[in-house]
Amino acid sequence: MLDFSNTLNLPLIWGAIILLAIAIYVILDGFDLGVGILFLFAPSEECKNKMINSIAPFWDGNETWLVLGGGVLFAAFPMAYAIISPAVYLPILFMLVALIFRGVAFEFRFKASAEYRKIWDMSFHYGSVFAAFMQGVILGSIVQGVSVDNSRFAGKAFDWLSAFSVVTGIALVMGYALLGATWIIMKSSATTQNWARRVASYLIVHVLFFMAIVCLWMPFIDDAIYARWFLWPNCLYVAVIPLVTIYVSSRLIHAIRANYEYEPFFMTIALFMLGFLGLLISLWPYIVPRSVTFTQAAASPKSLSIMLVGVTIALPVILLYTGYNYYVFRGKADAASMYK
Amino acid sequence: MLDWYNPVFLSRVQFAFVISFHIIFPALTIGLASWLAVLEALWLKTKHPIYKEIFHHWVKIFSVCFGMGVVSGVVMSYQFGTNWSEFSYKAGNVIGPLLAFEVLTAFFLEASFLGVMLFGWDRVSERAHFFATLMVAIGTCVSSFWILSVNSWMHTPAGFIKDASGVFLPASWMEIIFNPSFLYRLTHMLLAAYLSTAFFAAAVSAGYLLKKKHIAHARVIFAMSMFIVVSLTPLQIIAGHAHGINTLKHQPVKVAAMEGIWDSEHGAPFKIIGWPDSKAETTRYSIEIPYASSLVLTNSLHGKVRGLKEWERAERPPVLVVFWSFRIMLAMATLMLLVGIIAVVKYLNKTLFKAGHFHKFCMIMGPSGLLALLAGWVTTEVGRQPWVIYNHLLTKNAASAVSAYEVSISLLAFILVYSIVFSAGIFYIFKLIKKGPKAGDWHDDYGTHGLAHPLTIYDIFLGHK
Repeated sequence: MLDFSNTLNLPLIWGAIILLAIAIYVILDGFDLGVGILFLFAPSEECKNKMINSIAPFWDGNETWLVLGGGVLFAAFPMAYAIISPAVYLPILFMLVALIFRGVAFEFRFKASAEYRKIWDMSFHYGSVFAAFMQGVILGSIVQGVSVDNSRFAGKAFDWLSAFSVVTGIALVMGYALLGATWIIMKSSATTQNWARRVASYLIVHVLFFMAIVCLWMPFIDDAIYARWFLWPNCLYVAVIPLVTIYVSSRLIHAIRANYEYEPFFMTIALFMLGFLGLLISLWPYIVPRSVTFTQAAASPKSLSIMLVGVTIALPVILLYTGYNYYVFRGKADAASMYK
Repeated sequence: MLDWYNPVFLSRVQFAFVISFHIIFPALTIGLASWLAVLEALWLKTKHPIYKEIFHHWVKIFSVCFGMGVVSGVVMSYQFGTNWSEFSYKAGNVIGPLLAFEVLTAFFLEASFLGVMLFGWDRVSERAHFFATLMVAIGTCVSSFWILSVNSWMHTPAGFIKDASGVFLPASWMEIIFNPSFLYRLTHMLLAAYLSTAFFAAAVSAGYLLKKKHIAHARVIFAMSMFIVVSLTPLQIIAGHAHGINTLKHQPVKVAAMEGIWDSEHGAPFKIIGWPDSKAETTRYSIEIPYASSLVLTNSLHGKVRGLKEWERAERPPVLVVFWSFRIMLAMATLMLLVGIIAVVKYLNKTLFKAGHFHKFCMIMGPSGLLALLAGWVTTEVGRQPWVIYNHLLTKNAASAVSAYEVSISLLAFILVYSIVFSAGIFYIFKLIKKGPKAGDWHDDYGTHGLAHPLTIYDIFLGHK
């Protein structure tokens, strides 16, 4: 039976794959959740239509990365999946409910009469806000650590709720909103674009503020994280990250002010990736922080090997047709209904 | 505390509720996607606008179903972990890769090409658009392949070994994927999806014919759905029977519950109706067809059918539920066959489209496919109890270490949210149906092509004079 464990470090490869899946999810669903977060603030009905049309062909594919994330965690790290899922039972529930309200709003909004459309607009907006917030809470509570006994979750129903997880929740809402705003800058023109630019320059301040809070808070959650960031000589190497972050932020602010159309979005992505990298440095090598490592939680070599074959073939194809989809719907979004 | 107020039972109720709600939409999207691909192919071949108009109308209904399928499907992929973490932990090595393959080979395919299928009509070439529709249709079928493989493995686990702590490890992927009940279950489910869709579309078009609205479109839809009903209902009955025989081989206690037979007997009758009483270990008030059960299950009038008493009480599934859900499915199958027979007679009489009682019957039969499908799933899933992985892992040992309190919150939340979303979804689907297809001005020459006259299958599917 297929087994690469003699030649490859399978848990490490699968750790990398799951990080890639999460990163792609955060970027892709991040911008369409962000559009939802900003939706009710849009200045006009036409602007709203443009916003929703700019993401309608993509949201479904974007959300599939969340399913992939859950699926890969289940398949490649079943122990971690079995510990984390019950630990964040209620936040996952709230996120799913929010995603339901938001997902159906796309379809129902197109079909609703004018007065009911407002209800689905609200469903879309609040669904996006809550889904983003809950994702941040889930992230924050995992970073803080989950109580584990005998490879099982051993905590209580509300362990996930803390000041830190609420802050990461708000931070993620702000971050997604910025991704959404810069996406709209790229996909719209005139009034809508001007509005999005104003929103983006407002949001960038908040995003940087919350990023700073989370970064300064994290080292005090655990000594090991503190040591990794502040003790000599490590601090010398990891200092690259805050420095690059400062550079990227200044480029982003400049790009928004200088009316660039594409750069703000890609600089926001860079900002997200830097945050992601920072998180990774703090948590490595744990998948359930400070309890279970990637290697401990990994599935059997045979399971990981067969999936590696699958992913090596499927992932490039997926990226190819995802790219094709973005190519087909390139350019500025229209306000008219997209159904023929 | 009440005996149902525990996380295992509440999680079971939640899973049953959430998956029953979910399966309706994939079933319809499997059928609709394939049908839309056929419609688009017909349009490309004949260039007759009627196919395009039906496509544009039904693609909207499809997208509502698809959207509801996606949002309820995301819930499914997280429930394994939140409510059944012990199952996930023990079985993750074996079924995890299959679920991952479902995401990689099907979900992305459907979700990405859906954009082009729904919104890309004017942005890509006709062929590229057809390709997108085809990919979505293939994606729905590939998705069923993997998920039914997983489900079948839970019924007839194969190709694995268990380590000291009870974790299932893969030994042969071929044996895992193509486990003994998989191909039976896959065939039965795909046919069920196509039939459910056909009965749904038949009901809609029968309604148009009765109201004398959108008649040209209704005839095409009605003829196509009757074609599916007539050809697939008998096949489905054969496939269902084969699946039953397969179940008899691997899960005989489930079949005993379906039959409501307690004592093993030779020449066992089939109970058309009855009331199985698990405490008294008997089926009361039954109306029976002599020898039928033995004949169907053993191919002989006097063959031996094993009764429930051959198993310990703790190993038996809840008999009443399994017995009745199976009969609901059989009743639907009988009525569906009746529709098929009447359709053939009416077709030969050249009165298939003449508005009448048959069309009213078809309207009532609209949900019959979905009802049969749900009843069938209840039969097989409840029939597997008390096991979650048959003969290897008990359902009560598979749940997460969460509190009944948390599960009650989530269960209530799902019931509430799904009721709202489901009602809204049905409402918008009905609104779309009521609005009907946008017809072009080609109807003047309507009488000159094949559909005005008693039609042949060739006329419907291949061309117009």
